[in-house]
Amino acid sequence: MIEIKIWGRGGQGAVTTGQIIAIAALHDRKNCQTFPNFGVERRGAPVEAFVRIDKEPIRLRSQIYAPDIVIVLDPTLINAVDVTKGLKDGGTIIINTSKKPKDLNLDKKFKVYTVDATAVAMEIFKRPIVNTPLLGALSAITKAVSLKSMQLTRAR
Amino acid sequence: MPRKKKTKKVRKGNGNNPEITVGAIITKPGSSMANKTGSWREFRPVRDPSKCIKCGFCWMFCPDNAISEEFVADLDYCKGCGICAQECPVKCIVMKKEEK
Amino acid sequence: MAKQVIEASQAVAEAVKLCSPSVIATYPITPQTHIVEHIADFVSNGDFDAEIIDTESEHSSMSACIGAQGTGVRTFTATASQGLALMHEMLFVASGMRLPIVMAVANRALSAPINIWNDHQDSISERDSGWIQLYVESSQEAFDTIIQAYKIAENKNVLLPVMVCLDGFTLSHVWEPVEIAKQSKVNSFLPKYNPIHAFLDPKKPITQGPVSYPDTYMHFKKMQHDAMKESIDIIKKVNSEFRGKFKRGYGDGLIELYRMNDADYALIGMGTLCSTARVVIDNLRKEGIKAGMIKVKTYRPFPSEAISKAAKGLKGIAVIDRDISTGYEGALYSDTRSALCDGKSEVGTISGFITGLGGRDITPQHIEKALKDMIFGKGTKEDWLF
Repeated sequence: MIEIKIWGRGGQGAVTTGQIIAIAALHDRKNCQTFPNFGVERRGAPVEAFVRIDKEPIRLRSQIYAPDIVIVLDPTLINAVDVTKGLKDGGTIIINTSKKPKDLNLDKKFKVYTVDATAVAMEIFKRPIVNTPLLGALSAITKAVSLKSMQLTRAR
Repeated sequence: MPRKKKTKKVRKGNGNNPEITVGAIITKPGSSMANKTGSWREFRPVRDPSKCIKCGFCWMFCPDNAISEEFVADLDYCKGCGICAQECPVKCIVMKKEEK
Repeated sequence: MAKQVIEASQAVAEAVKLCSPSVIATYPITPQTHIVEHIADFVSNGDFDAEIIDTESEHSSMSACIGAQGTGVRTFTATASQGLALMHEMLFVASGMRLPIVMAVANRALSAPINIWNDHQDSISERDSGWIQLYVESSQEAFDTIIQAYKIAENKNVLLPVMVCLDGFTLSHVWEPVEIAKQSKVNSFLPKYNPIHAFLDPKKPITQGPVSYPDTYMHFKKMQHDAMKESIDIIKKVNSEFRGKFKRGYGDGLIELYRMNDADYALIGMGTLCSTARVVIDNLRKEGIKAGMIKVKTYRPFPSEAISKAAKGLKGIAVIDRDISTGYEGALYSDTRSALCDGKSEVGTISGFITGLGGRDITPQHIEKALKDMIFGKGTKEDWLF
């Protein structure tokens, strides 16, 4: 089972990101589950969303405390919350930032990837839709879901 | 489940009382007509037609709908509350004791 | 039909759409709101024809359902927490008038302190309201149970309202794959509504909701109780008929057993915690502990015979309650113990655990602790697992 945690700020699309990953996983003929860390959501407040992907039916319904993959939609969250909290040793973290991974001072036990998703989104969409570039990065880096399935979710 | 058993169960519940229906439904309308509340009366309204101005106040105020459009009380249902006498603007209705 | 990744709230709405109630009363309350929002979308898109009544309170929502059902149409509403509490008096009216209303409850804690997250206190507090209560653990089960609920409620030997309880947020806001049944298949399982309860018809006038004096009231209550008991058979029948048609079923409709064939110990619970418990039980089996689970799907009527039979000869049982009868113990624990006092089940220890109140996440560790505390003799009547 792959467990993914998505960090974002309210309104940025963390929950939608989780939903797109889950729908793509179903296209990959896998089982999936996604849910937000339910709170009193407000625009701008840090929010978490979770995704589970597995070949077997998913029965675990607790929150995700030890993710395999973390996706960070907003660079400012790195200073606001502990984004690597619970991330498994050797786990992958994909961060939207213009910085290089080595400049982020994250623990060496994690595989750190950075994508300037805001710049990509502004160039292509002319709007800061940061989750789309990050979803592409997730497919490319982790193979958690295939890029083909990720593209299929657009047809919805 | 055989039907026989079911009937038995329902009987147990309603104590063989045919008036006990599922959901407490009254299946025959107009059951309040059977309840002749006139027997509750201690005072009877007596109208003096010569004083009556046919204003209809008594008819309008009667809480039991027991006064006809000719302003005559239906003694089968009149409970003798006296509201008609109270409201009558010309005081043509007086309440008379039933018991002699 | 292929599966779709949708929110459990939408799964409920999809099921309601397929059952086509004519009147849906709506009043928003977290975490239920998505259910009626989806239904409102369906109705405004013309997916099915229904009258949506936006009421001014949940008390009015239930009143609207009672009034509408009393004219002989299928109805639906959904609520949670304070909303369900506000409906309280009307719940008794619905069941007393024997109206087969179906309602989804997205279980949420009750104030105070105010809390929007999941526990079972809201519906457990209405367990004596004369409503059948069904608890579900997955989106698919929520979908399937709504369809079954109408069939159970509308059975001529039942005619009681049904509450379908799904854990707020912990299930209601989870997106997972759900198989949406075809309309034709649902139609063949649940025919077009033909009211068999008394309803208002100008050609056949009746009186609904009259006064009942001391000489009759108790008989009505006994009839209601008998119907509730009779529903045990109907729930089983509907579940097996559903399984025949849709190839999915949930135990015998009353309880669902997991790895109970050779179990020494069992967990008893309701709702999503039973899903997580399956993982824990698999792990305990690897440790050599013969654990299993009796999932209570039908909480009212309480399946005491089924539980007693399933529990016969067990060395121990751990009951997890997501509620508390303040000053005593968990409600499910009380009911289970009472069911097992029939002199037939011969169960060793029965321990009770309170956890997951107000959205406290129930992790595999909580469930493992409950089972192990019970097994190693550390369980009591009400251990609080924080």
